[in-house]
Amino acid sequence: MSAAPAYSEDKGGSAGPGEPEYGHDPASGGIFSSDYKRHDDLKEMLDTNKDSLKLEAMKRIVAMIARGKNASDLFPAVVKNVACKNIEVKKLVYVYLVRYAEEQQDLALLSISTFQRGLKDPNQLIRASALRVLSSIRVPIIVPIMMLAIKEAASDMSPYVRKTAAHAIPKLYSLDSDQKDQLIEVIEKLLADKTTLVAGSVVMAFEEVCPERIDLIHKNYRKLCNLLIDVEEWGQVVIISMLTRYARTQFLSPTQNESLLEENAEKAFYGSEEDEAKGAGSEETAAAALPARKPYVMDPDHRLLLRNTKPLLQSRSAAVVMAVAQLYFHLAPKAEVGVIAKALVRLLRSHSEVQYVVLQNVATMSIKRRGMFEPYLKSFYIRSTDPTQIKILKLEVLTNLANETNIPTVLREFQTYIRSMDKDFVAATIQAIGRCATNIGRVRDTCLNGLVQLLSNRDELVVAESVVVIKKLLQMQPAQHGEIIKHLAKLTDNIQVPMARASILWLIGEYCEHVPRIAPDVLRKMAKSFTAEEDIVKLQVINLAAKLYLTNSKQTKLLTQYVLSLAKYDQNYDIRDRARFTRQLIVPSEQGGALSRHAKKLFLAPKPAPVLESSFKDRDHFQLGSLSHLLNAKATGYQELPDWPEEAPDPSVRNVEVPEWTKCSNREKRKEKEKPFYSDSEGESGPTESADSDPESESESDSKSSSESGSGESSSESDNEDQDEDEEKGRGSESEQSEEDDKRKTKKKVPEGKGEASSSDEGSDSSSSSSESEMTSESEEEQLEPASWRRKTPPSSKSAPATKEISLLDLEDFTPPSVQPVSPPAIVSTSLAADLEGLTLTDSTLVPSLLSPVSGIGRQELLHRVAGEGLAVDYTFSRQPFSGDPHMVSVHIHFSNSSDTPIKGLHVGTPKLPAGISIQEFPEIESLAPGESATAVMGINFCDSTQAANFQLCTQTRQFYVSIQPPVGELMAPVFMSENEFKKEQGKLMGMNEITEKLMLPDTCRSDHIVVQKVTATANLGRVPCGTSDEYRFAGRTLTGGSLVLLTLDARPAGAAQLTVNSEKMVIGTMLVKDVIQALTQ
Amino acid sequence: MIHSLFLINSSGDIFLEKHWKSVVSRSVCDYFFEAQERATEAENVPPVIPTPHHYLLSVYRHKIFFVAVIQTEVPPLFVIEFLHRVVDTFQDYFGVCSEPVIKDNVVVVYEVLEEMLDNGFPLATESNILKELIKPPTILRTVVNTITGSTNVGDQLPTGQLSVVPWRRTGVKYTNNEAYFDVIEEIDAIIDKSGSTITAEIQGVIDSCVKLTGMPDLTLSFMNPRLLDDVSFHPCVRFKRWESERILSFIPPDGNFRLLSYHVSAQNLVAIPVYVKHNISFRDSSSLGRFEITVGPKQTMGKTIEGVTVTSQMPKGVLNMSLTPSQGTHTFDPVTKMLSWDVGKINPQKLPSLKGTMSLQAGASKPDENPTINLQFKIQQLAISGLKVNRLDMYGEKYKPFKGIKYMTKAGKFQVRT
Repeated sequence: MSAAPAYSEDKGGSAGPGEPEYGHDPASGGIFSSDYKRHDDLKEMLDTNKDSLKLEAMKRIVAMIARGKNASDLFPAVVKNVACKNIEVKKLVYVYLVRYAEEQQDLALLSISTFQRGLKDPNQLIRASALRVLSSIRVPIIVPIMMLAIKEAASDMSPYVRKTAAHAIPKLYSLDSDQKDQLIEVIEKLLADKTTLVAGSVVMAFEEVCPERIDLIHKNYRKLCNLLIDVEEWGQVVIISMLTRYARTQFLSPTQNESLLEENAEKAFYGSEEDEAKGAGSEETAAAALPARKPYVMDPDHRLLLRNTKPLLQSRSAAVVMAVAQLYFHLAPKAEVGVIAKALVRLLRSHSEVQYVVLQNVATMSIKRRGMFEPYLKSFYIRSTDPTQIKILKLEVLTNLANETNIPTVLREFQTYIRSMDKDFVAATIQAIGRCATNIGRVRDTCLNGLVQLLSNRDELVVAESVVVIKKLLQMQPAQHGEIIKHLAKLTDNIQVPMARASILWLIGEYCEHVPRIAPDVLRKMAKSFTAEEDIVKLQVINLAAKLYLTNSKQTKLLTQYVLSLAKYDQNYDIRDRARFTRQLIVPSEQGGALSRHAKKLFLAPKPAPVLESSFKDRDHFQLGSLSHLLNAKATGYQELPDWPEEAPDPSVRNVEVPEWTKCSNREKRKEKEKPFYSDSEGESGPTESADSDPESESESDSKSSSESGSGESSSESDNEDQDEDEEKGRGSESEQSEEDDKRKTKKKVPEGKGEASSSDEGSDSSSSSSESEMTSESEEEQLEPASWRRKTPPSSKSAPATKEISLLDLEDFTPPSVQPVSPPAIVSTSLAADLEGLTLTDSTLVPSLLSPVSGIGRQELLHRVAGEGLAVDYTFSRQPFSGDPHMVSVHIHFSNSSDTPIKGLHVGTPKLPAGISIQEFPEIESLAPGESATAVMGINFCDSTQAANFQLCTQTRQFYVSIQPPVGELMAPVFMSENEFKKEQGKLMGMNEITEKLMLPDTCRSDHIVVQKVTATANLGRVPCGTSDEYRFAGRTLTGGSLVLLTLDARPAGAAQLTVNSEKMVIGTMLVKDVIQALTQ
Repeated sequence: MIHSLFLINSSGDIFLEKHWKSVVSRSVCDYFFEAQERATEAENVPPVIPTPHHYLLSVYRHKIFFVAVIQTEVPPLFVIEFLHRVVDTFQDYFGVCSEPVIKDNVVVVYEVLEEMLDNGFPLATESNILKELIKPPTILRTVVNTITGSTNVGDQLPTGQLSVVPWRRTGVKYTNNEAYFDVIEEIDAIIDKSGSTITAEIQGVIDSCVKLTGMPDLTLSFMNPRLLDDVSFHPCVRFKRWESERILSFIPPDGNFRLLSYHVSAQNLVAIPVYVKHNISFRDSSSLGRFEITVGPKQTMGKTIEGVTVTSQMPKGVLNMSLTPSQGTHTFDPVTKMLSWDVGKINPQKLPSLKGTMSLQAGASKPDENPTINLQFKIQQLAISGLKVNRLDMYGEKYKPFKGIKYMTKAGKFQVRT
């Protein structure tokens, strides 16, 4: 661009960076001296058919761009290569295009079609990169194309493409802010995404496009909290800082009852120091200790946020640690904030830039919460090798931390600092001593004496700084310090620093009554040297003269007049003005008596002592860790951290449920979310231990409904139920009980049946993912398993009541037979894995035994009769092709009316479906008499994903929200093929499309019959004949996409087996593997 | 977020620029140069500089300023952390991160930067993923590329970006499967004039080099995990296992990485392995000063102290020093006034010492501060805190890896005030 030609010349030798390496003529380096020649040369190279020449040319062009040189006139030649086969050429062309498209809009349009084609590519990575480049081209004319592409990508199957879509949103917004409304829609949709990959990017987009639309977060709040630990570091920072703001608008201040909490605060703080693991509970302990006096109860969602961010203090990324620290500082109750100190102190070991930022924040925090950093005082001691800016910040922190007890050590440290060679630092140290002296009365004299000693220092700067500080200190208690003032007066002969001289003069003038003999003499000396003084000293000389004239006019009248006369002819108009003004005031004249009578009051009015305070005071009204805080000025785009609301806004907005069921589901969810935390921190050692996370809460709510339908003695059952919960809670978190108690009261009022509805919703809520990545499938499992188990319960309650009793009521004592999961430790997200390991076990033990052997699919409940006010709805996957549309899964829906009035007009109401999913509704059932039942068939196109189809079931009077979620095995239909065909197809689906797992077959299912039955029960696949006896093959096609799904089970002797699934749809493949393994191993 | 990046060398040339959004004129760096001038020393340039329309955030490493330009509010640490990550990536790619190396590899650098940020928001920052996307240059590859015309850009798709273990590339294969762990502890201390310890703490890291085939799942346990007071992990470590069992369980990235950094709890007294006897005196009258220091071992648990170097910033008044060391070599730079003495090994029978005189500026008064002595040393096969790795187990793969653990203690910021 504006690069001077000289620049290119002196870099000429090394200019063509690739040249020596890539074996090109070294002379070509000289090309850079002549623009025309070079460009012709490059154009030629770009026009050839040889990739290597093109590459070489592109490399040189990129090198030019990197050095900031203009390469825009090559645009047409470069753009031609946008469709080049060579991947590196292509990438470099993209780099070029993004850089210059803005300048050459018309030509850039030539490339658009290439990207549009790329957007349709079957490979997700190519789709993503096409979108990425397309959205980076800043050409306003393609805004509609971009908008379309983003919308499409936002509902892409691949989370990676959706992530790219999220990245594209701010790009489009910066190009054309009129698109805001449409973009917000896309953001809303992506916010609902359940993958960790997307979360960080979409929140980033949210922050850039519509940070004010806090309402979009409600429904996703809990999900974001739960996903947080698995999001990549950069996303974590953005999400945490957004959630801080969100929490400030939605929750009540935890410190509002500070005074009450105060007495407990100390204890709780140290408690958390000693035992990190209990740290989170300590507030609750405190809360439990004063239930009567303390009406504030932290919103469970508030607690959730604090709890889920705490582990991130251990992150290796300083930015994440800082983000969590500011979150705790702004949101946590006082007693809990202490936990962040350790982590922040750790960051002080990092690079000096990191230290700089962290120390700024620590300085602000240490003013408000001094106790927090006191144990780490020594970590702020200054080393001679620290850069000056770090030294000064550390000094600031040390000063803030100084108190009665540690002041001796701090002052001793300061003493060493004063002898430092770094004079700026010494000056800052003296200031710091002054501040310590003002803050801590006990050491004021010591400090003052120390400072006075410094007055004999050889370094003038030190002396001057001391004088300034002493002046401020003396102002607080002038009476006792006549000696010091005398000492200072003597210094006027030596000190040359104007500020110091001015300070001394001011002091003498102000307290001339304490030094009545010396003051006139000082004035005499100053009058002598008046003309040579600096301006600020001159002003103070006039001041001194005026004050002396007023108190001691006999001795100083002539001197004063002399000084004023000198000042009258000074070059500086300020001084001339001051002299004129002073003369009028003090020298009595005939006309202006009124003012001069009050002159004494004007000049010698008692002046308040200056307050020495930190420049970091009150900086915390900026969000900590932000740029604005660092600069102490509002940066562009800074979002104010709102004050806590007076009244908490409705917490139910965060429920992902219809508001009617708030209370109940709220509680359920809360419970569910707390469990994993406790169980994990106590160690996921045994199966019972881990069993008390999610599935249990599922099962409980479930047992409520099933026990009711089964036996009708609902009340006693549910009491049991409550007890169960209590026990469990006692084990998990005793401290919570006080909170739980009042919760329970509200809960008991809620009719039992509603628990069911909320739990079904919970399934979709708690699953932290949609349908793509490996990890997702893991959690999908979590979501699937309990659900299917639940649905299978009613039939089994008839056939095997004993099993049901045990499993549902005594779940805690129930230990599944095989403890060790065959869990593939390899590809599991770190934290989720720990969470999930237990889950799959407990439920899946029950699954196989409940499977009906015929169709493999039991009836599952859609609507419980209590929730449905007499209308009970079940569904089964019939595994028959759906007549209307072959891509649809046919679902048989059974209605039965157990109320005493006929139900009329049963039909499906406005379905709210995820993208791609469609429903073929069943014909309306006009009337269902009491006691009667009916069956209807509907088709659902699940679009090869296990996302639930949510829709409304309407009667004439009521609407019920229901959802059908398919097990992965139901998304396919069997295909019959020969062994050879099978092998051929399998050969095509290798590599990424192949998923292999090892497993141990239990003794119970080593026979052919059982294996085949279990596999076909799990998945709707057809058996493929097979030559060898211990190999089983199954084949199917997914219903919507028609992709092949091939399953091979290779059973070896002694129960070892290997399961292989080949499918283009990797997600379906992975989920299927999991499901089948579970079915087989239990 | 991050708008542009400028790389500036110590003489003030902008030798690379990269823009992720629309182009920001390089004249914005003038504000930076101003600040640089004011700061006198490179390390004193403020990391954050506000300008009328932009904010400049910079880090200074390897004598290069990495200056990021941002336009709107963003957590400063976010940018600083990212810039450091960029430097680390360059170092990982090229071995050293210096101006000539960056210039020689400008295309690779540009490609890497392109992948690291999308519209200013970090996209792929894990070196394992990046290396899959853009292969680091090696001599062999350069030769091969020249002959065959193939490229640095990976032809495989970066599947790692899609996986849930984004830090590990897929399809890793080695003939020798090895895993090395270096436990390195650093002592930070300030010793006062009389030899008593003002503050001392131990910070440690475990640096790993893991070259294992497939998807190994490792667990590492300690004999005495209680020692670890404050820890921070590589993202691969499962936090919950640590919380509950104090075991490090992780699927490692491929290659070199820092598994863990820790801080040893403050309750434990820190053993200081060396002592320094010093006698430095200036006299007001004469223009000569005396200088004598001796270094000796203190609590070394029977190990030898190696690689000892002593550096000290002498006061400005010192013109020259004439010193004789009992071992090792010493230099004094009369311009920067930096004295450095490379001692080597300490032999407890014959303690190394450095004696001599300083010639001071005539007429100048004696400096009021004695210089601070900075010490560097190494002790092999010892973790000064007593931390011991108990065992390393591998799951998920069949082969038997070679495992190695090494301990080392080093001086961190070790200062003796005199």
